[in-house]
Amino acid sequence: MLVLIEQSLNGLQFGLLLFLLAAGLTLVFGIMDFVNLAHGSLYMMGAYFAATFVAWTNSFVLGILMALGATLLLGIALEFIALRHLYGRDHLDQVLATFGLILFFNDAVRLIWGPAGLSLPLPAWLTVPVQIVPGVFYPAYRLSIIVVALAVAAMLYFVVMRTRIGMLIRAGASNREMIGALGINIKLLFTLVFGLGAALAGLAGLMQAPILTVQIGMGENILILAFVIIVIGGIGSIRGAFMAAIFVGMIDTLGRAFLPDLLRTVLSSAAASTAAPALSSMLIYLLMAIVLVVRPEGLFPASKR
Amino acid sequence: MKKAFWLAGAMVLALAQPASAGDTIKIGFVSTFSGPTAVIGNDMRNSFELALDHLGRKMAGKPVEVIYEDDGQKPDVGKQKTEKLIQSDKVDFIVGYIWSNVLLASLKTAVDSKTFLITANAGPSQLAGELCSPYVFSTSWQNDQTPQAVGTYMNQKGVKSVFLIGPNYAAGKDMLAGVKSTFKGQVVGEEYTVWPSQLDFSAELTKAKNSKAESIFVFYPGAAGVQFLNQYAQAGLKGQIPLYTAFTIDELTLPLQKENALGIPGAQQWVNDLPFPENKKFVEDYRKKYTGLRPTFYGAQSYDAANLINSAVVAVKGDTSKKDEMKAEMEKANFKSVRGPFKYGNNHIPIQNFYLQDVVKDADGQLSLKTVATIVENDQDRYHDKCPMKK
Repeated sequence: MLVLIEQSLNGLQFGLLLFLLAAGLTLVFGIMDFVNLAHGSLYMMGAYFAATFVAWTNSFVLGILMALGATLLLGIALEFIALRHLYGRDHLDQVLATFGLILFFNDAVRLIWGPAGLSLPLPAWLTVPVQIVPGVFYPAYRLSIIVVALAVAAMLYFVVMRTRIGMLIRAGASNREMIGALGINIKLLFTLVFGLGAALAGLAGLMQAPILTVQIGMGENILILAFVIIVIGGIGSIRGAFMAAIFVGMIDTLGRAFLPDLLRTVLSSAAASTAAPALSSMLIYLLMAIVLVVRPEGLFPASKR
Repeated sequence: MKKAFWLAGAMVLALAQPASAGDTIKIGFVSTFSGPTAVIGNDMRNSFELALDHLGRKMAGKPVEVIYEDDGQKPDVGKQKTEKLIQSDKVDFIVGYIWSNVLLASLKTAVDSKTFLITANAGPSQLAGELCSPYVFSTSWQNDQTPQAVGTYMNQKGVKSVFLIGPNYAAGKDMLAGVKSTFKGQVVGEEYTVWPSQLDFSAELTKAKNSKAESIFVFYPGAAGVQFLNQYAQAGLKGQIPLYTAFTIDELTLPLQKENALGIPGAQQWVNDLPFPENKKFVEDYRKKYTGLRPTFYGAQSYDAANLINSAVVAVKGDTSKKDEMKAEMEKANFKSVRGPFKYGNNHIPIQNFYLQDVVKDADGQLSLKTVATIVENDQDRYHDKCPMKK
């Protein structure tokens, strides 16, 4: 039972992290109808900025806040310089251009920081395990990821559902031409949305950095998961991204945790140990396939266009 | 029309390739030079180049040409690059291979063309057993050997139970099998993770913790080793469940692992402080030539590979068409390995010592690896009986 609680926390933490990445992606894709493969590069840049600024300032919190600001600015600059010229083009052009950006960012990072990668050490107060219920110790840092991500999710919900900007964002997701016709400065809105998406990706990257290493191409594997999430959740829907991210995080982690033991009851131990990781990494794609067949618009689609 | 043009171009290029006339010694080098594990490939290239410098960039008086190819850590790409080096560059030797799965995919091409292949790292069990070949030599080890030494060391320490974690690919399976073959205690759990994409080991660490095992053994080469140690320390397991490793801590990962790696033992056939004159020269000149960098065991194996090739080329006075003579010479291992004692078994896998290494602070206050003891002497891999070649 205690193991189940701990593994569920692992799944929740992974899911929430994926949510931060997917939220930005779904906003940009849903509202701007723009396929941004370079979203994973912003995730990577967030991590590199954090590692650099934390080393400079010698303060974990300050460095992370600076990195967040830097990723936001980078996102806005990227939108302003390159991406806004691609809005009118079809998706294939956007895929090609943003794929080019991935290569650009990877080599830029190699030039600036070198090929070896960086590490982002945690302050001592985040490296101790915390007792959450009697008998269950959980890494403080992973717990803080859960808290921060939940706070960001709540804030995002408030901004999108309760503020004027959020209303415009929702209106943009439902019908882009109409809000343009109503005299809303759609260019500014797009820049803002893109910057917000970039900051969220950067936040995901810098929070993941102390757990993983900061390295070139770190955003590419996880971007695939983010795309899976927005397909499952429904493109353009923050609520969908949230629910789907938790689903995917849970399925992935619990699959890895319990599938090997389940398989061992029917297969030989050796066969089960090799089959289980392959199967558990397939589960989320199975979920996506089922969702695509049963509800092609996603589980929680944004309001119809 | 366009197609015909390209075809014509390709044919001109093919004709322009100089035939293997034998005035240079051509060596192909397949390793990973892009992506997160490129640092390993770079270290191998650096060490190979250093070895050529030490040889005066000549073997038996002939200039040496090395063609480096990037496998991107992908078996299919590695196979293509191997084919390209053998078929269009017509190399005399092909060297490198970090990854067991890349080597296994590329092996047949080399063996079928009777090109000598020197693996400077990968050591899949198949290569030592049924897939052994007269044209394949190793300057590293068979995958199981290093973890076998770790298992032996754990017995010496009186460890009663262990939880094994490793990546789900050819080498990962060999490594865990290796520990199991020598470790006398109980194996309470065994987990494989998706390789190379899975970087979060929270589920596995939770299971290890709850298994009540006395110790954990892992094999995570490259950046994955950094991530594993980070998460192991963050989960508060460092003081709680001792960790034993194979190929998880080296000079490339140590600057990122920092204090997390302190006091975590591992086994290795080469450590930077081994007291042999060849090794001192290798380590000192490496640090001189590549300032700020330190050689790893990957590099030491590549350095040995260059010297092994040199011994064969010198024996035939540069006539690389005399393959049988070169094979006979290489079987003698007639060169000074930086790791000290080195000879070949019937399957062309080294018979060698394995050392216990520990992470300590060195004189400059920097973290470095140190030899603590010799765990096993003249160890031969446990698959050599399955190899049809006999001595």
